[in-house]
Amino acid sequence: MDRDAKERIADFGEVDLGFTEAEVRAEAARCIQCKKPKCVNGCPVGIDIPAFIHACEIGEFREAARIIKKDNMLPAICGRVCPQETQCQGECVLGNKDTPISIGHLERFVADWERREGIETPVRLPATGRKVAVVGSGPAGLSAAAELARLGHAVTVFESLHEAGGVLMYGIPSFRLPKDIVQTEIEQVKKLGAEIKTNYVVGRSVPVAELLGYDAVFLGTGAGLPYFMGLPGENLCGIYSANEFLTRVNLMGANRFPEKDTPVKKGKKVVVIGGGNVAMDAARVARRMGAAVTLMYRRGEADMPARLDEVRHAKEEGIEFMCCTNPVRFIEGENKAVAGVEAIRMELGSPGDDGRCSFAPIEGSNFTVEADVVVEAIGQGPNPLLLRMLPDLARNKNGSVAVNCLGQTSIAKVYAGGDVATGAATVILAMGTAKDAARAIDKMLRGAPQF
Amino acid sequence: MYEIVKAHALSEAVFEMWIRAPQVARNAQAGQFCIIHPDGAGERVPLTISGTEGDLIRISFMAIGTTTKLLATLSAGDCLRDVVGPLGMPSDIAKGPETVVIVGGGVGVACTPIIAQAAKDAGNYVIGIIGARNKSLLILEDEMREICDELFVTTDDGSYGIKGFASGPLQTLCESGRKIDKVWIIGPGMMMKVTSGVTKPYGIKTYVSLNPVMVDGTGMCGSCRVVVGGEMKFACVDGPEFDAHLVDWDDLLARQRMYLAEEKESVAYHEEHHVCRCREVA
Repeated sequence: MDRDAKERIADFGEVDLGFTEAEVRAEAARCIQCKKPKCVNGCPVGIDIPAFIHACEIGEFREAARIIKKDNMLPAICGRVCPQETQCQGECVLGNKDTPISIGHLERFVADWERREGIETPVRLPATGRKVAVVGSGPAGLSAAAELARLGHAVTVFESLHEAGGVLMYGIPSFRLPKDIVQTEIEQVKKLGAEIKTNYVVGRSVPVAELLGYDAVFLGTGAGLPYFMGLPGENLCGIYSANEFLTRVNLMGANRFPEKDTPVKKGKKVVVIGGGNVAMDAARVARRMGAAVTLMYRRGEADMPARLDEVRHAKEEGIEFMCCTNPVRFIEGENKAVAGVEAIRMELGSPGDDGRCSFAPIEGSNFTVEADVVVEAIGQGPNPLLLRMLPDLARNKNGSVAVNCLGQTSIAKVYAGGDVATGAATVILAMGTAKDAARAIDKMLRGAPQF
Repeated sequence: MYEIVKAHALSEAVFEMWIRAPQVARNAQAGQFCIIHPDGAGERVPLTISGTEGDLIRISFMAIGTTTKLLATLSAGDCLRDVVGPLGMPSDIAKGPETVVIVGGGVGVACTPIIAQAAKDAGNYVIGIIGARNKSLLILEDEMREICDELFVTTDDGSYGIKGFASGPLQTLCESGRKIDKVWIIGPGMMMKVTSGVTKPYGIKTYVSLNPVMVDGTGMCGSCRVVVGGEMKFACVDGPEFDAHLVDWDDLLARQRMYLAEEKESVAYHEEHHVCRCREVA
């Protein structure tokens, strides 16, 4: 149930209000309880979906929460931000003829119900005396920390920012993921025994030698390095990376300036470049600060990697979609501030191996769009700082950390998961790879065979 | 929470503070900085680490914006919510004997002793040049005199030392034909731009510590991007020290002024609302 677009663009409150208990029980009753459930294969952390849905159907929400938390410690987050249409719901057999079960909404309801009724902390296995360092407290780091702590290891999480949560705090806006929910789920990870140290930059405040003194290390440093397009005029005032724009608003509260001290340029006409979730988030944030927003994307709308819900929400909120368009330079106004974007139209070709269309500029189709703020959301690379400090760490061609099927890097006791290993992907994929790595670390620490 | 152990004014404009931040102090090297986030409503501001002693770091600042004005009201015993660091690359100090000149202007003088000391400890011959608008604004002369082999002091109005800018003695040194291996210049953007012009014709390797607007300070936003040798660099991870003769100064100076209007608005807001955040901070 979404709040009306006119009402919601005036604030940063949650857009989707979720299901009522009656809606949940009715939706759960639609599930046909497949013997070989394909939905579970579609879930990167393999939640026992039919079992928790059955518990929902009979109103046993406490039991549903227990089932989910066996595989996923952050259900209130995943239920909200997973791209279910390409994961669990994309596999649901009901989708072949009718509408797939709204698994995300059911998961979210269970998590919210538990938060309201009192959260049960899962049982922790006896202490092993082994120490594990987790670098980064985003979805990957939190999942690895929760799993390792639950298995009895002493876990220390190092976070460079002043709040734990990574992209859940600085990236995804509160209208999609309320911050008190993120903090409640982080509290659960702490209750399992993981210590989270904020303001610790590994490689700087924690020397690499100290890090390698732990029995095992998990790197979950994400893909926080923003890419810039390298176009003329890119350093003009008012041109932001999406990371900067979103960090200023989500983490620092710049939408409430001057009550909060961090400023951000509030444009009248904002151009956001990109077609992923980050681009949708930046566009919708700018809209909530009163701007007319244009989204420029080089391919067609069908090729956009953003969640379908976010694209729909962005459109309902009045964001103009300018597809098959790519910027070629930024136009300078007064005092070195950006005044506009010169763009060129793109012609789409046939779909490539990845199913997305190729594209090529149409010569002579250049035109300009006025803009006093531009946000580039064209993707991110792995955080450079730590990787520079670990020169022996093998990397993939795209700069991400190379790992084997266990999540192990070229340094034996160092594992990695999430965006730093996969390249920029989704919250749930980060959690899935982190969970696998955590289980491999556990086996290593217990001296069990790895394969 | 990070306790302020000592806090006092160095001049009518510049304040100095010693903060207990063990993970920063134990790992900091000359040229690095930290980020301070005084309280939940505050901004993250980068400040150079101007000294360390055990678990303590020293920072120095002018009270000009909302955050620095707030910091100036705090005293020993108060706490800061967040201090993170050390950040950035350390100064490129070589084992001596090299002759190095360290030039500081205004509040930038506060950052000179830590570099001078590191250069001295590495066996170099260290010449210091420190300058201020007038005598009452001059800071840390005694500390620099103790470290440096030679020290020149300038004031713009001639109220103390040599009359004129810090670039004066630097020009004289360059013209004298003495062998100078490296020069560091630390101060306001315009001062660094002008002063680094002095060493350019002589081909002397010159470093400046750039001070663009920052948010996270760990390389994840690009707010601090600068153009050096025609390439985009992030000052927080690639710098903050860069080859002065390769810096695009006009780009830096324009981006530093990006939030002038908002800074004024913020200061006015806090004056009007008389928001005392001392207690919140503590």
